[in-house]
Amino acid sequence: MRLNKLTGSVASLVLALGVTGSAFTVTSAQGAVNASAATSAADFGGIAGLTAACKKEGALNIIADPHDWANYGAIITGFKAKYKVKINEANPNGSSQDEINAANQLKGTKRAPDVFDLGQAVLYANTEILAPYKVLAWPNIPASFKAPNGLFTKDYGGIMAVGYDASLGTITSLGDLLGSQFAGKVALNGDPTKASAGMNGVLMASLANGGSLSDISAGVAWFKKLAAAGNFINVDPSPATIASGQTPVVFDWDYNQAATVKAYAAAGKKWNVFFPTGALVGAYYNQAVDLYAPHPACARLWMEYVFSPVGQNAWLVGGSRPILTDYMVKTGTINKAALAALPTVKGAAVIATPNQTKAANDYLAANWAAAVGTR
Amino acid sequence: MTDLVQETKAGSALRGAGLRAWRKYSAYVGVLPFMILVSIFLLWPTFSVVSGAFQNAAGKFDLSTLKSVLSSPAHRAAFEHSIQISAITAIVGSVVGALFAWAVSTGKSGGAVRRICLSASGVLAQFGGVMLTFAYLATFGFNGLVTSFFLKHWSHSFFAHPTWLYGITGLCIVYSFFQIPLMFLVFLPTVDNLKPQWREASDGLGGGTFEYWRRIGIPVLTPSFLGAFLLLFANSFSAYATAASLVSQGSIITPLEISGALSSETGANNPALAKSLSLAMVVVVVIVLALYTLLRRRVSRWEQ
Repeated sequence: MRLNKLTGSVASLVLALGVTGSAFTVTSAQGAVNASAATSAADFGGIAGLTAACKKEGALNIIADPHDWANYGAIITGFKAKYKVKINEANPNGSSQDEINAANQLKGTKRAPDVFDLGQAVLYANTEILAPYKVLAWPNIPASFKAPNGLFTKDYGGIMAVGYDASLGTITSLGDLLGSQFAGKVALNGDPTKASAGMNGVLMASLANGGSLSDISAGVAWFKKLAAAGNFINVDPSPATIASGQTPVVFDWDYNQAATVKAYAAAGKKWNVFFPTGALVGAYYNQAVDLYAPHPACARLWMEYVFSPVGQNAWLVGGSRPILTDYMVKTGTINKAALAALPTVKGAAVIATPNQTKAANDYLAANWAAAVGTR
Repeated sequence: MTDLVQETKAGSALRGAGLRAWRKYSAYVGVLPFMILVSIFLLWPTFSVVSGAFQNAAGKFDLSTLKSVLSSPAHRAAFEHSIQISAITAIVGSVVGALFAWAVSTGKSGGAVRRICLSASGVLAQFGGVMLTFAYLATFGFNGLVTSFFLKHWSHSFFAHPTWLYGITGLCIVYSFFQIPLMFLVFLPTVDNLKPQWREASDGLGGGTFEYWRRIGIPVLTPSFLGAFLLLFANSFSAYATAASLVSQGSIITPLEISGALSSETGANNPALAKSLSLAMVVVVVIVLALYTLLRRRVSRWEQ
């Protein structure tokens, strides 16, 4: 009898699940537009249609977007305020690969990420889980910064820089960092075998020391020297370690440095940002929609938002260089004060090609730990 | 009538057999949830790791990743560091922890010191990961309490320049923090088992302290001690969170390399490599646990 009762309740549970499942299918089939297949706002009859579709979904899942990274905090609150939808933020400090892993593991569930913000290497390796979508601003984005089929669009970028506490003196070359006043003070943002910022820091050191993007041995050798001098520290810099003075010299993107400059100024101190001569290394982050996004309309609306003048100016205020800068200067929609506040650099930054990145990966995998890790 | 009786008998015999079978196998029903749990969270992942180590990215049988792990100096170095750290912290932990256990066991049983030591060790043996790293950073890190003090007063001393904390030396010291209490916990019951009668018998036969330890104490404790040593070795070998939160540059031990191979955003992401590295770790742990099981058999013989 007991057993019967149990089976009975199990059966009703299964039934309930079945009903919910079918109800869910019915609702999504009822929608006039199949949002998952939409490749532009026009498929929704314009932004208003897209907005309505997103409001119906009511939520957006983002991943690995820390509030202090390139002004993501302002983008997130701005989107929430404008469209009144919930944003679920997962794993804010995750890497690009963590985003892809989450998408693969959570595929088909409501918790899967809707949109990605990816570094170049991970992007090229995982284009099969991206949905093509062209934002309204698509025609104004230079051709070399977008996938012709709309799978991804480069969004914001920066240049690798050395930021440091001005009380340590003034740096005029990377070689200065080998001095004894920098003992136990120099940090790199992330292990270069794992983090894109860390790898670009090594690329910069390579260019500054007579190496190239294809052969980064000079960069690794320089960090080895830095470690041997006792100046390189094995600490991952974060706003907390910088504020506490644990990492007073940091290799990181200039847009992350911009946040530190502000924080330091607020505390009555000065944080300098230094670009070594002839070693300007840049990179752009890419926005893309998850092919299996649980909130396909909101994912697309988010894309429109980050490529709108509001979104692009938010990146600029955060100190990064938005992809539409030139176009917005032309049309007068740019935030002029924020543009003027960007650190000036002499010359153009170089960006590592996928092949150069691969060569760098192989070299780092074999040599990085031995160069800096063991004491 | 006869038929009916016979039928009933046959029926009860059938029921009897069913009952016996139920009695025989019902014990397994109780253990079923545990078996399911073990299969999902232990056996399946292990199978997935082991089979994955022999496959390439496309899922085809392929030994190249495993070969590259064995031949790469970087992976070998990380593996050696892992074993080195585990061995050092297991030696330090087992020796210090055993002495500690012996010291406590000679005190009053049920006394305050013993109770405090037991509960403190129970907490500290589990005190790994980010909390432990934080405690060490706050004490010995670049802005730590001890570091700041030494920088002010003895600026050339060891403690004023804590670069050692973020490498193998640091990991050894930090790991000892949970290894010693763990040894204390597992070894105390063994030391308690040293019966005072043995000592009396030894004394009665004219043996001194040295004879007692050489002929009775150490031989009796050795299998247990070695078992605990192996347990500590495996404990340290598989530790990840502490190292991950302390060491951010250069994956100096295998668990950190595995994490890198799973989450690299520079294109060095390689699940097959992670699984091959994991397989190497599984092999070491299997060897350690096999030795441990053999030792336990010896131990339980006299503990009963």
